[in-house]
Order: sequence, then structure tokens, then C-alpha cells
Amino acid sequence: MLFRNLDFSADDGQIWQITGANGAGKTTLLRILVGLHGFYEGEVRWAGPLAPSLLYLGHQPGVREELTARENLRYSQALAGQSGDPDAALDALGLYGFEDVPAGRLSAGQKRRIALARLWLGGKRVWVLDEPFTAIDQDGVARLDARLREAAAGGTLVLYTSHHRVGEGVHRLHLSGDGAEVLA
Amino acid sequence: MSGIWWASLRRELTLIWRAPADMVQPLFFFVVVVSLFPLGLSPKPELLALVAPGAVWVAALLAVMLSLDGLFRRDQESGALDQMLTAPVVTVVPVSAKLLAHWLLTGLPLALIAPLLGYMMQLPVAVLDTLMVSVLLGTPTLTVVGAIGAALTVGLNRGGILLAVLVLPLYIPVLVFGAGVVRTAQDGLPTDGLLAVLGAILALALSLGPVAVALGLRISAGD
Repeated sequence: MLFRNLDFSADDGQIWQITGANGAGKTTLLRILVGLHGFYEGEVRWAGPLAPSLLYLGHQPGVREELTARENLRYSQALAGQSGDPDAALDALGLYGFEDVPAGRLSAGQKRRIALARLWLGGKRVWVLDEPFTAIDQDGVARLDARLREAAAGGTLVLYTSHHRVGEGVHRLHLSGDGAEVLA
Repeated sequence: MSGIWWASLRRELTLIWRAPADMVQPLFFFVVVVSLFPLGLSPKPELLALVAPGAVWVAALLAVMLSLDGLFRRDQESGALDQMLTAPVVTVVPVSAKLLAHWLLTGLPLALIAPLLGYMMQLPVAVLDTLMVSVLLGTPTLTVVGAIGAALTVGLNRGGILLAVLVLPLYIPVLVFGAGVVRTAQDGLPTDGLLAVLGAILALALSLGPVAVALGLRISAGD
């Protein structure tokens, strides 16, 4: 068993950080929440259908090395039905000039930035992000942090896992072997 | 929804096109395996013509199966599969585009080169078109049915053998009717009925297969 006694409810415009030791079940919890993992006891309830408003970024960035940065983002965008200009989104993450470079020739951090560029496209009200801060540099962390806050201020619900320091006004859910507790 | 389908098709074709080894390998395998028969058996034309339908069909079947092992693997490893499963469209949409792209760049070339291999195996020229049509009707079924196995084994490290065990028994009807059509044509009998059976199997595979593949992927993602 990964965790038990987990009970929390999150609202529009909130940012939730899920913390816990390695193997505590953070990724599994996110996969349960978005419906990828079906083996659990309990209940997950969303207000309305989740799929149209969900933006899920998994542990792996979902970027194929054979495709260029732009092709990757365009496909993610089409699949998820997001609005917005993909080039502007890549630009916002400092990938200007790398649009036509195959992702296989980019660094791990740049690959993650391609995936994160989806956050700069519109149309999604629930963001579920697995370790969004890994592999990106300080400047990227700052930009991402600002983006999460901006989105939350606009009414988006943000759920993410991270070992990153907790900022102001972030709700925190801690998973441990004995049970899960909501802090702050 | 159709926009997503076209975007998916373009992505899948680009992916295969950028890594052409995946596309050339089954074709190469097909040609090499069939070429080994005259060397291993005997170059006698009567004997080769006798085994040709079975040899070409078994080689085509194995070529398709080998190509399917990696069908979903890289999408799963890169996390792109999770994107497809959490997208606001039914998973059948990206899956069917993927299957079509895969068949266009692996199954179709097999069908196009099959007459040449049949000719090499001393099949009468009058039978070669039947051979091509049978492979053309059979390979999409092999792709779709094999993809169900590939979807179920995508999370496993060494899924190749398990894939063969799962999928090969399901390939038997296609093999029986595919090789049967060619043999019937060799005997100078009408082939319409057997081709219709191959077509019916294809229709069944196309209507139910993509749904089964999508479900298989969801099961694999769940653990």
C-alpha cells in the first residue's frame, strides 16, 4: 500500500503541491487523479468532465526525439485541443531559434521546456504536473513559478509534485507511509 | 476530431520517416527469408511453386509481427502515450492514425514487393496479382491484430516473445486463407470466395481492433 487516509478537496484558483519521500506515491496519486491508474480504493470526484479541461504533464515529458520542438508542441496542442500560438509559447520558455531542431539534439532541460511550453498555450483549467521543476535551470524555475501563480490568479487549479521549496500561498499535501496529511 | 486525426497521422508518418530503419527492416526481413527457401530446399521450379504461397505468407506474417514490437514502446517511454490517454478525444483517434501510418509504411511495401518474391519462387505469372491482392488484404489485419498484442505488452521490458505467443495464434486464419487463395489460383479455380473471407476478416479487425488496442493501452498504463 502506498498511502491511505487521503482526503482533500481543491478549488479553482488554488495551487497544490504534493510532497513526500521518493516512492511515497506522488506520481501514482497524480495518475489516479487524471484517470491513468485504476487500481485504488476510494473515490475521485471532479466537478464536471475532466478531459476537456485537463492539462497533464507526466514524469516523462512526452517529447519524441525524432520530432522538432515545434512539431512536438503542435501535436500536443492538437491532441489536447489547446488554443494559442506554439511559436510564442516556445519563445516564452527561451526556445526561440530551437523551433526546428529535433528534440533529440536538445538537452534534458530543453526537452522539458518543450513540454512545459504547453502551459503557455490556453484553454485548460486544471493543470496536473508531475515534477515540472526537474531538469530546468533557475531562470526556468522562476518563469514557471510565475506562470503557475499567474494561471492560478486566473482561476486555474494547479496540482504538482515537487521537492522544490514551497512558496507563499501554496497548499501542501504530504504523503507518507502512515497516511497523508494536508499542511497549510 | 478529424483535425486531431490528421495531425496524428502526420505525426506518425513523420516519426517513421525520420527513423527509416523501422520501415526498411520488415521489408528486408521479408525479402531475405523468402530468398532463403530456394537455397535451403532445392531450386526445382515445381517444388518451389508448391511451397511458394506458404513461404511468402509465413515470411510476411513474421515481418509484420517483428515490426510491431516497437509500435508503442517509444511513445510509452517518452510519455507521449500518457498524453494520448488523457487527451479529450477517444484514444481510438490517435491509435487508428498510428495503425494506418504503420501499415502504409510497412505493410503496404510488403504487398508491393510480394509479386516479385512470388516470381522468384516460380509462381506462374497469372497468379502474382492474386498473391498481391491477398497480401494487400491480409497485412492490415496482421497490423491491427498485432497492435492489440503490442498494446498489452508495451509496459514489459522483454515483451517480444510474449507478443509472439499472444499474436501468432490469432494470425492463423489470415495465414490459412491468405496462402489458400494463392494455392487456389495456382489450381486455376476461382478465388473470389476466399478473397471475400480475407476481406471479411479485415472488416472485423478494422471495426473492433482499434478499440481493443485503445483498451490494451489503457490497461498497460494502469500498472
